Amino acid sequence: MDLDLKLVRNTLVVKVQGELDMLIADKMRYEVDKKLEENNIKNLIINLEKVNFIDSSGLGVIIGRYKKISAVNGRMYIVGARPPVEKILHFSGINKLIPMYSSEQDIINI
Amino acid sequence: MNVKNYVRFEFQSLPENVAFARACVAAFAAQLDCTLDAIEEIKLVVSEAVSNSIIHGYGNRPNEKVVVAASIFDDRTLEIIVEDYGSGIKDVEKAIQPTFSSDPARMGLGFTFMKSFMDEMEILSKPGEGTSVRLKRSFFAKDKEAYA
Repeated sequence: MDLDLKLVRNTLVVKVQGELDMLIADKMRYEVDKKLEENNIKNLIINLEKVNFIDSSGLGVIIGRYKKISAVNGRMYIVGARPPVEKILHFSGINKLIPMYSSEQDIINI
Repeated sequence: MNVKNYVRFEFQSLPENVAFARACVAAFAAQLDCTLDAIEEIKLVVSEAVSNSIIHGYGNRPNEKVVVAASIFDDRTLEIIVEDYGSGIKDVEKAIQPTFSSDPARMGLGFTFMKSFMDEMEILSKPGEGTSVRLKRSFFAKDKEAYA
């Protein structure tokens, strides 16, 4: 499975694996939105540790969830982005909107 | 300037085929002995162009055709052409503006990536007939800069 969703109190942790293009992006949009509607979720962590490629479809699904989480005054973080993916996140300016950390532990520590 | 090698393939307009298309072109471009960064950028631009054809050209209809052609010229230039026979783009100038998207859920960065990571981008489009995106990058110039 290229998507793993885990609920920790009011935070949804989404682990993505593989190449985050339109194929996974559509699945991710559907699965994450379903969880956001079902549960009282305030915060969202997108873990990209195991993602080796991202394009604008992947960026689109991240920014779309950011808008949803912001609308309920929640917080969103991106963790574990590896250099090629990190480069695209920076290029798009997403890093200015969504804080990026190297691991989930770093968020717990802040 | 002569063509040293080329590939041309077509596939059904399915999201599953976007990864196939970018992997094929990346494998072909590897003949240029360029940097891994450059290969990643090529994968990205192919992904963007093919996704555009499927999403915008065909409105996600799965039974249509996308054609990809890639050529390597003897001056170490790579040319990639991605073609669809879908709805076309009404206003190309507007479509290539950063953050323009016909779909609010998307970021509108596809053409920005193509323009940024390639040396040339040409879009031929006719509403109702389809779109052809031609991208070119010279590896001689870029690699020389990278190692300068």
